Amino acid sequence: MLIHALRRIGRFGFEMLSSMGRALRLLSSALIRRPDHRNIPLIIGQIYQLGVLSILIIVCSGFAIGAVLALQGYTQLVRVGSESALGLGVALVLVMEIGPVVSALLFAGRAGSAVTAEIGLMKATEQLASMEMIGVDPISRIIAPRFWGGFIVLPLLALMFSVVGIWAGSLVAVDWLGVYSGSFWSVMEQGVDFFDHVMKGIIKSIVFGFVVIWISLYQGYDSLPTSEGLSKATTNTVVFSSVWILVLDFFLTLMMFEL
Amino acid sequence: MTRNSIVFDNVSYNFGKKEIFKNLSFEVPAGQTVGIMGPSGTGKTTLLRLMGGQIQPDNGTILVEGKDINKIKRAELFELRKCLGMLFQSGALFSDLTVFENVAFPLKEHTRLNGEMIRYLVLIKLNSVGLRGAAHLFPRELSGGMQRRVALARAMALDPKLIMYDEPFTGLDPIALGVISNLIKDVGSVYECTNVIVSHDIEETARISNLLYVLSEGEIIGQGSPQDLKKDDSPRLKQFLNGLPDGPVPFHYPAPEYLDSLIGVKNTKRTIIKRDD
Ligand SMILES: Nc1ncnc2c1ncn2[C@@H]1O[C@H](COP(=O)(O)OP(=O)(O)OP(=O)(O)O)[C@@H](O)[C@H]1O
Ligand SMILES: [Mg+2]
Repeated sequence: MLIHALRRIGRFGFEMLSSMGRALRLLSSALIRRPDHRNIPLIIGQIYQLGVLSILIIVCSGFAIGAVLALQGYTQLVRVGSESALGLGVALVLVMEIGPVVSALLFAGRAGSAVTAEIGLMKATEQLASMEMIGVDPISRIIAPRFWGGFIVLPLLALMFSVVGIWAGSLVAVDWLGVYSGSFWSVMEQGVDFFDHVMKGIIKSIVFGFVVIWISLYQGYDSLPTSEGLSKATTNTVVFSSVWILVLDFFLTLMMFEL
Repeated sequence: MTRNSIVFDNVSYNFGKKEIFKNLSFEVPAGQTVGIMGPSGTGKTTLLRLMGGQIQPDNGTILVEGKDINKIKRAELFELRKCLGMLFQSGALFSDLTVFENVAFPLKEHTRLNGEMIRYLVLIKLNSVGLRGAAHLFPRELSGGMQRRVALARAMALDPKLIMYDEPFTGLDPIALGVISNLIKDVGSVYECTNVIVSHDIEETARISNLLYVLSEGEIIGQGSPQDLKKDDSPRLKQFLNGLPDGPVPFHYPAPEYLDSLIGVKNTKRTIIKRDD
């Protein structure tokens, strides 16, 4: 019984290690190669697929979260009479924390799962194999453009999320709850520093983008060519991405904001 | 001495514990049309994947156009594949590209021809498989047989030195069958291209091949020109060529005794569900 359990743990550990090895190999072979000018239109296509088509969900969520933050913040701050700091609070929380994290979670669900399903299906229907036999490496033609597209796009989406959130916050605070608009904006301007705050948020979303698109590509490329394999790969993308985003967020925060 | 396009030297290959090939050796002479026949499930598709370098043998060497396909670098392998064509058993067309774009894909990737030239070449290839009119359709809008004809046109697009066909004759009506098999034959004789045809359609394969190999249970059980094979009277070969169910060539995938699986209530679970892993 015990031996059986140990053996299963061993096998699980081995499987995990070898899967990490395969993921690393996929990543390195996608990144370490001569730049190919023919990939530029493909990357632009992926920026559209992964980025532009995600704008709607990012804008809606950013708006909702910005509005909620302003409402919640107002009810607390107004009690101590410092509702003029509301703009600053909303902006900092969005730019450093919620913007990068929530947009990465949304990106994993909307774009990451799509990438996994697309590549998994290409594998299952032998499209990747037939591309190889034509003499075109799918890692440079299929994997690399998706990687760069996703990598470039997520930081931009996160910024967009924050900007829309701040705007929604101002609508709630200034136009609805009657916070003085001069103090809302000027306290925010004084308190938010580009390098201290905005840059750190951008660094976070760069890391998240890298991890999410890597997981999505690997899950698709490594999926079993069956319907169950494909469904498992898509689920894995969303689950693993989400967990990694939250765990990494903790460590990045720890590293960047010396306490 | 004739040059060989493909040489298998003592190649062994296993899927897990299932042995597919054991010390398989054979040659495909350049410029010939070679048919490889064998019952379903003997490993014909696996053989083509070995030739294309998509899977590696456990033992032995495979030379394709003089290069050891498992020793050369990845970049070299892709370079070599530019002069190979492969027709997949499933067609394996790019589902997001139209028929035209599918056939144009290898040309766009590997040549510097301008758009107009590519258009001519693609339409010529499509015309030769009778699908010029379907150029604007997507693969999902085609029937299975039509998809495979498009895949054939795509495999031939670059006029490769060596084309491998996985079951080129399935899913074709008698007219298409005649046209396609003549097309394969002509490609061989006009462009001096080596054809490797994997099929279980004995008659059609024998009609257009110069050399036949019959594969069963991981070994070559017969080889020679179609005329030679007809004269050969080894029982396994006879059974396969005449399509008899009983004989030394198994029709069934390895399994416990039929009767046991059906009525052996006690052993049912063990016999049916037993797996090697
Ligand atoms: N991925 C795999 N894992 C395990 N076994 C496999 C796998 N692919 C194929 N096989 C086994 O290898 C054997 C050969 O398969 P292959 O597809 O090469 O047969 P084939 O000769 O092309 O058959 P057909 O004429 O029906 O296409 C089969 O017995 C099959 O069960
Ligand atoms: Mg097959």
